[in-house]
Formats: sequence, structure tokens, C-alpha cells
Amino acid sequence: MPPSDHRDHGHDHDHDDHDHHHDHTEPPSDIALRVKSLESLLIEKGLVDPATLDALVDRYEHRVGPRNGAKVVARAWTDPKYLQWLRDDPNAAIGDFGFKGRQGEHMVCVENGPKVHNLVVCTLCSCYPWTVLGLPPVWYKSAPYRSRAVADPRGVLAEFGTKLADDVEVRVWDSTSEMRYLVIPERPAGTDGWSAEQLEPLVTRNSMIGVEKAKSPADLKKAAAE
Amino acid sequence: MNGGHDLGGMHGLGPINPEPEAEEPVFHADWERSAFAVTLATALLGRWNIDMGRHSRERQHPATYLRNSYYENWFAGTQTLLVESGLVTAAEIAEGRPRSKAQGIRVPGPEQALNAVKAGGPADIDAPITPAYKVGDRVRVRNFNPRGHTRAPRYVRGHVGEIVRLHGIHVYPDTHTPEKTEGFPLYSVRFSGAELWGPDGDGRSAVYADLWEPYLEKP
Repeated sequence: MPPSDHRDHGHDHDHDDHDHHHDHTEPPSDIALRVKSLESLLIEKGLVDPATLDALVDRYEHRVGPRNGAKVVARAWTDPKYLQWLRDDPNAAIGDFGFKGRQGEHMVCVENGPKVHNLVVCTLCSCYPWTVLGLPPVWYKSAPYRSRAVADPRGVLAEFGTKLADDVEVRVWDSTSEMRYLVIPERPAGTDGWSAEQLEPLVTRNSMIGVEKAKSPADLKKAAAE
Repeated sequence: MNGGHDLGGMHGLGPINPEPEAEEPVFHADWERSAFAVTLATALLGRWNIDMGRHSRERQHPATYLRNSYYENWFAGTQTLLVESGLVTAAEIAEGRPRSKAQGIRVPGPEQALNAVKAGGPADIDAPITPAYKVGDRVRVRNFNPRGHTRAPRYVRGHVGEIVRLHGIHVYPDTHTPEKTEGFPLYSVRFSGAELWGPDGDGRSAVYADLWEPYLEKP
């Protein structure tokens, strides 16, 4: 079985919910044909190893994602020494979990507080801290987000349902270099005494990009009931 | 270059319409997996660097860049680099089959590729350079319009900000090729919303951009 079919196959099983995006009775799109054609060409020519393609997809689809970042944030919320380490040497502190590598070589953590809210964007492309958040969502890479985050951050936040008090300063981090930014959201109220493991589910991907706040205990209960 | 990718402050691009976080898959079609993996795997051949990769997408016609989906832009850039580097010919792409086999190229296997992405490629370099600016200094971003790759977005050029941090000496994207790696001090520069956007900006916001020393001058 060629490698591309192998990935198709895995996809059917892993994401049944999303298969409506490509009904198998429809012919493949032009871009799908062109990409598959190039992939086959490169394999036939001996420029890529199909097993390498599968390994890369597997890593970024299944092994690396925002649960990594949630572990970092939850530990920072519960361990003041770790928070200080994150401030002083974020690469080492994040690397303590083994979260290292491409698109995470130079980390900076920016902390939200009662008067400061941080938001991360890449206006020029799609720079994003892969090691702690995985690959970026579609909206993060989209022209509407990239164009407006720097000029109208409150308008952007409102689109995510996030409202800030008037006296909160919004700091927008445009990822124009290889520095990668991770937002440490505010620890939600009503979580006193919670362990890092209990707090982790409150830390969403969007809260670590800065478009939303972390979930509250009530949000968590609501989600569990649904 | 002042391309279709340089989007900060542009109007009229519509609502963001984010997919709910809990429902968004990493890839939305199988060809996106292929475009992603082929781009990463061919980059590991070492014929181009990350800055050349970005430039290959930026060089498209702005209308094409904006119309394309994200992975369509990746795919377009990768094809451009494969042809320009001589790894593949345009005829081979058109025909979909090789006219010759690749010679003398070390193709990373899965383990080697995973080790490479796990190791990453740091952009800071050891160089005996004394930064010209220090934290607290006010700087102006030069008014310049290079035709090649740059990481100085248009919306900060000509504007005055404050140095808030020195990140170290980092590879300069504007001149970075496989043969040439130059380093310059990289700073985090804070601009007020009012400085960047005037009365149409958010007076209670600030934008921080990472800018290399050659982009900056004394105000």
C-alpha cells in the first residue's frame, strides 16, 4: 500500500467526525491531486522516504500538541519556583518536560495578570510554539487574524467572546523572529488547593495564545455534563 | 519585500470565524498532511533554510497568496524551492514522473528526521558583537523597502518604540542563505497602539515586535 493511502486509512479511523470534509464519492480536488503527484514524484526520485513522511505527520498530529503547554502552565500556577525558572530560563524550564525542538528553540513566556493581557500573533506568516502547542489552528494562520490582532486586539478578543476591563493593557506579541511566545493565562478563581493535574484541563490552547482566558471550574463542569 | 504576506493592519479581510477548539482537527484533508510532511522532509535535505522557505511563499502574487489556503501556500513554496535548488525540474513536476533518479543526496529516514525536528535549529549564534542599543532606549524602525526577504513588517517602519529586551545575536533573515549566516543583535521593541495606528488604534494596547539591529536607527 503506498504511504499516502496509509495515511488516508489512519485518518478515517482517527477522525471519523471530520470525514464529511472529503466524501469519498467526490473526485479529489485539484490541489489534492497536485500534492499527491509531487509526493509520488519525490518518492520515486529518491528525495524523500515515505516512512519519514508518515513519522513527521504522526509526530505533529498525535504526539505534540497543546496538552504540552497545559502541563507547563499548570506547573507554573502551582509551583512558584517553577514560575521563576520559566521567567529566568524558559527554554530549560519547558525543556524539563522534554518539550524541545523545531519551532520552540527560543521560548519566552508572557504572563497575564489583572492589568495585563497578552496576545500572540505572527503577522508575516504563522510562527507558533510547536513544542508546547503543536501546529497552529487555521484561524491563527488566517489573514483576518494576522491583519487585525496588532491593530484592533480588543476587537479580535471580542470575536472569541473575550471581554477585558477598560483599564487592562493588551500586549500583542508579533512573532517576527525565531523567538516563540507562550501566554501564561491567569489562574482561574475557585481553584485554591487544586493540584497541577487538576488544573491542566482548565488550560486551553486558546488561553495560551491569549485569545481567551483559561476555563473556570464551572466551564469544566458544564463541558463534562454535555 | 512588501508582499501579500505582510498583513499587519490591513483592512477588509473579514471575520476570523474560529473553529471551536475542541472540534478542530490538526489537518482538514489528507493532502494537507502530505503538503506538511513533504515541506518538512525536503527542508531537511539542507538545500534551503527557514528564511528561504518563508520567502518562497511570500514571492507569490499577493492575490494568489491571499486566495490560497495555508497549506496551498506551503505547497507552492516547496515546489518553487525544489525547482530553484535543482532537486526537481519543472518538467518532472508537470509530468509527475522523474526523468532521472536523485544522485548523491542523503535522504533522512524516519528516525533521523524525528531526531532533527526534536533537536530543532537554534537561530542564536556566538559572535563578538556589542549591541548598539540597551533596554530603555528609544529607537525608530528605518523607512526601508527591500525587495528581498525581511522580517520588518511594514506597519512598524518609520515608527518609534522602546527596547524592552535583548534576545541575543540571531541569524539575520534578510541575508540568510545556505552559504551565508550573518548575525545581528535581536531586540524586542515595544510600540504603543497610538504610535502605530494614531487615533484609529487602541490607546490601551501595545505591540511588541522582534527586530534586528540593522532595522533600527536612533530616533
